[in-house]
Amino acid sequence: MKRNLVVVSLASVLLMALQGCSTPVREEQQDVIVDERSVGVSPTDGSLGVETSVIPVGEGFFEGRPIEEALADPESVLSKRVFYFDFDSAELPAADQAALEVHARFLNANPRISVVLEGHTDERGSREYNLALGERRAQTIERLLSLQGVAGAQMQVISFGEERPVALGHHEDAWALNRRVELLYSGY
Amino acid sequence: MMKQTTFLWVLLAGLLMIALPAQARLVIEISGGVEGAMPIAIVPFASERVYDDRISTIIHANLARSGRFAPLAQDRLPAAPTQADQLDFARWRALGMDHLVIGRMQPQAGGQVLVQFQLFDVLRGVQLAGYSLAVPPNRLRKLAHQISDIVYEKLTGEKGAFDTLVSYVVVEQVNDARMFRLAVADADGHNEQVILSSREPLMSPSWAPDGRRLAYVSFEEGRSQIFMQNVATGQREKLAGFSGINSAPAWSPDGRSLAMTLSRDGHPEIYIMDMASRQLSRITNSRSIDTEASWAPDGQSLVFTSNRGGRPQLYQQALQGNRPHGPPRRLSFEGNYNARGRFSPDGRQLAMVHGEGNRFRIALLDLESRQLRLLTDAGMEESPSFAPNGSMIIYASERHNRGVLEAVSADGRAHQRLGASRGDVREPAWSPFIGP
Repeated sequence: MKRNLVVVSLASVLLMALQGCSTPVREEQQDVIVDERSVGVSPTDGSLGVETSVIPVGEGFFEGRPIEEALADPESVLSKRVFYFDFDSAELPAADQAALEVHARFLNANPRISVVLEGHTDERGSREYNLALGERRAQTIERLLSLQGVAGAQMQVISFGEERPVALGHHEDAWALNRRVELLYSGY
Repeated sequence: MMKQTTFLWVLLAGLLMIALPAQARLVIEISGGVEGAMPIAIVPFASERVYDDRISTIIHANLARSGRFAPLAQDRLPAAPTQADQLDFARWRALGMDHLVIGRMQPQAGGQVLVQFQLFDVLRGVQLAGYSLAVPPNRLRKLAHQISDIVYEKLTGEKGAFDTLVSYVVVEQVNDARMFRLAVADADGHNEQVILSSREPLMSPSWAPDGRRLAYVSFEEGRSQIFMQNVATGQREKLAGFSGINSAPAWSPDGRSLAMTLSRDGHPEIYIMDMASRQLSRITNSRSIDTEASWAPDGQSLVFTSNRGGRPQLYQQALQGNRPHGPPRRLSFEGNYNARGRFSPDGRQLAMVHGEGNRFRIALLDLESRQLRLLTDAGMEESPSFAPNGSMIIYASERHNRGVLEAVSADGRAHQRLGASRGDVREPAWSPFIGP
């Protein structure tokens, strides 16, 4: 995992703090599967006329930015907040493990932040089995986060089974979007 | 030719029902005819037109829906007798009728209606049944179902299930929100009554054997919890709200226990709650998914869905009291997805959701011969529920991107659809027999 640091000037940090950005916590639901986005500043603008760079690292900040801003920024490494699964599977695809590690780091750095892990399935098969399957998916995420040090008290698992689809079609494209765990941050 | 026209009339009768000014939001369409159905004539009852619910039309539709009868279309009746002394059996024999129902209605003092009906064997020219009953006008529809039950039982030897109820969930998009409604209707889809409305999901209605209470799953507090509700009074109570999922309620046949799925110990496991003490006993113990238990009619075992073998399959767990007795036994072997098992009322067969690739269909497993038979063909079917007499299975399906309820006779030959005028309809639960 490449460590991306966002360098911001003190002035802009203050500006953001003053703006008190509202925090839309839930991710846009019509999203297609998003690849982990590369984040940060390109090498050329890293030192664009900025003499001083302050990077706060304490609680309330993530990678130098206030957490509201880190959570709200669609370019942030935290923006991938939906993880997808195969049919009748509760295993997180290996390619997504790195994106989840970012959330573990975020939660470890901010022990007062909690996250709801909301498990979902596609519409196929039995509703009650799917309710259990959605829980297994959310528990997979919970287990992986906890293996990376996230406290149990920071996480809450909820399953909605197939009752809350984000895509309404009756075909694989829609099913793939519905087989998911959503990370919902709240309570700050 | 004869068969074709009969079938057409049955279809037309179905269309006429749709045109009737019913407040109900479920409408029956008969989507398949059946060979070998018994020919019967149901003559309009004297004075029945005075009332909103035409008794002979309701009996006609019920019998046609069962797939066991081929009622003669009412405008092809050669005569309209309403008294036994007006009967000319030869005329009915000439039309190929085996049986005949006639009747009459009379207003009584106090607002009641006296309904008399008689069932005749046309070939032998004898009366098989005759009843005289007084009911208030708003009970005429129920009475028509009860008469249908009497005719059905006299002629098939099996108890009728027309005077029963169906519960189901309707989901509608209202502006930006989805509304979930738990509804109860007559088994023919009429008299729909919404008994619970919520912005959060509602699931898994399960009838108590007294036919008066429903257990179900509601997400009204943000996660799945089990509630019980008296249908008539609306009185309700939370039965299970532990951490994790609380779901899949299933009443024991004696009504003293409720099986359910709880994941409070980390994994979804089957528990049985004693309804008197509310004590829980844990039935399954595995690291896999164990859920959606259903009782055998003798109350001595449960069938449940488990993926302990990798994929969801059906297992049977013997019980002693409310405790597990011996290890569970796998029941389903064909295909890689079998879930939501439901015993037939005689305990000999198991209805289930059978998945093959992307197709999920209703199948029936004969527990003795181990033969699996597919009953449906569309590929998006789920939630099978037996009629209390075992004659039909109601289930949820998908037509034109909408959730609908359908029913199929247990022999797989007669199909019918209960279409909603709006919304998605799902999770039907057929009630037990209901007392008078």
